[in-house]
Amino acid sequence: MSAHPSGLLAAYRHVDAAAGAIRSLKHMGYVDFTVYTPVPNHEIADAVGHPVSPVRLWTLLGGLTGCVTGFGMSMWMSYDWPLVVGGKPIGSWIPYVVIAFELTVLFGAGATILGLLYHSWRSRRPAAFDGRFTDDMIGIFVPCPVERRPAVEELLRSSGAEEVRVES
Amino acid sequence: MATVVQPEPVAPPTYHDVTRDVAATIGHPSRGYFVLLGIVLVVLAIGASALLYQIRTGLGVAGYTPPIMWGAYITTFVFWVGIAHSGTLISAILYLFRSAWRTAVYRTAEAMTVFAVLTAGLFPLIHVGRIWYAYWLFPYPNQRQLWVNFKSPLVFDVFAVSTYLTVSTLFLIVGLIPDLAALREQATGWRRKLYEITSLGWQGTDQQWRHYTRAYLYLAALATPLVLSVHSVVSWDFAVSIVPGWHATIFAPYFVAGAIYSGVAMVITLMVPLRKVFKMERYVTVEHFENLSKLLLLTGMIVAYAYGTEYFIAWYSGNPFEQASFYNRAFGDYWWATWTMILCNGFLPLFLFFRKVRRSIPALFVLSLFVNLGMWFERFVIIVVSLSFEYEPYAMGHYTPTWVEWAILAGSFAWFFMWFLLFAKNFPTVSITEVKEIIPMPRKERAHA
Repeated sequence: MSAHPSGLLAAYRHVDAAAGAIRSLKHMGYVDFTVYTPVPNHEIADAVGHPVSPVRLWTLLGGLTGCVTGFGMSMWMSYDWPLVVGGKPIGSWIPYVVIAFELTVLFGAGATILGLLYHSWRSRRPAAFDGRFTDDMIGIFVPCPVERRPAVEELLRSSGAEEVRVES
Repeated sequence: MATVVQPEPVAPPTYHDVTRDVAATIGHPSRGYFVLLGIVLVVLAIGASALLYQIRTGLGVAGYTPPIMWGAYITTFVFWVGIAHSGTLISAILYLFRSAWRTAVYRTAEAMTVFAVLTAGLFPLIHVGRIWYAYWLFPYPNQRQLWVNFKSPLVFDVFAVSTYLTVSTLFLIVGLIPDLAALREQATGWRRKLYEITSLGWQGTDQQWRHYTRAYLYLAALATPLVLSVHSVVSWDFAVSIVPGWHATIFAPYFVAGAIYSGVAMVITLMVPLRKVFKMERYVTVEHFENLSKLLLLTGMIVAYAYGTEYFIAWYSGNPFEQASFYNRAFGDYWWATWTMILCNGFLPLFLFFRKVRRSIPALFVLSLFVNLGMWFERFVIIVVSLSFEYEPYAMGHYTPTWVEWAILAGSFAWFFMWFLLFAKNFPTVSITEVKEIIPMPRKERAHA
């Protein structure tokens, strides 16, 4: 048994044709299709119409955590072993800006990666795939039951798919 | 009768051409590759042996002579951190500026960044002598309840360099993921397995791109201030000390410009042979080299301007110690180091004002070697020459690196090139995805027109 639901896998060479097919599919009420592109493309992204990725929230929270950690760590450690250095106050926040800044970037970048992994994992959908979609073809996989296949196939072909095959 | 041959218009490569051409650079190492790798490993072994000798015998085998307790190791540390900078400039800053020409060269620059930081990071450890206590650099709970001194730029450096290594490595890996997926479909054998694992299940779905493009944008946004901060922090290692020749507010921008300058030179040094061996002339064109050389010219002029400012301020400040220090740089024991630096970094790049030089790849290659040399000497002059000539005449000294230091310096180049050679034959040195991105996707309406 295959890991993905049965459906139709279409391969496109032309970006406008694929974007047209996506719009038609959405018009027909399909929402659970998967689009594959070798490069990120605005036209396809606009046609699919996802909201902005929540990864940016991870960046923000990671960065703020890093900033607080940087200041908190350097301040707490300074007071934990109070030693006057160079006649400066024990907790001198001005030089600690550097530590806080570096940790902002470090935690921000780390959280961005975790966010990328988490959201890509969360939003994954079992779907048929073809290796050419990382090379030069655009793919659309539409999961659909047998009785609706002819209509979807007609849509995919008429929009300019070079190839449509049944995946079950 | 002379025949006029019209040059045929060159068709832009298709997406498939890009995947095929980049995939062709991977695997099938030639005999020359193994010879080169062999030489690199031998030099690395010499460097490692010298390091083991130093660890066993003690730091006395290096040429440190009071008052010059920072020598070739710190010079080399600053040199490699500097080299690292242009990678992030090209991959992050030019990305934010939407500069299309960066796509063909950024992967090489970014890999160079990671390997240069990897090399630089070794030097503070080599320099402190008792390498087995290197973890003392980090704040960790210990039985004496001591913490590091957060007011010291040396501690800033620990945080800056380790953050830079982590973030630039993450940036490189994230950029590689879609490329590895493209290679996965082409590769066979153990390489296929390698790319299957490292591409993390990438398929290029709408959801994956949605999160990926955002994540990449924010990583670039974080890496941009980071790259400017790292060499500023390195410069403060010097600038906050009251050593004549170091205590200058210009140091941070001066070091950042110098870092990018040396890094761009190293990118040219690496790109020229790489392009030839990997037959990448179609993707890395003379235009790319011209753009790199314009960056080289700009940063080189900033560096030359900083040299001028240093001398001007030494005179204008009326501070006799500053004045004596700078007089010593130009006409003292180390005059040859200073003039090598001024010649390589200040004068030779002026040739880049000529378009012919900017577009001549052999000329650029030779120039880039001189810039690399000049930038090592710049750090030598700043560090060693300033320390050798401080306030008290009885506390002045002379330092010459010993064979151990030269061997470790050579070993660091071998270490860097070893990583680069291994990377170049197993991973794409030209980004498949980003090169494709600047080629417009085929459109049906155009095909039918």
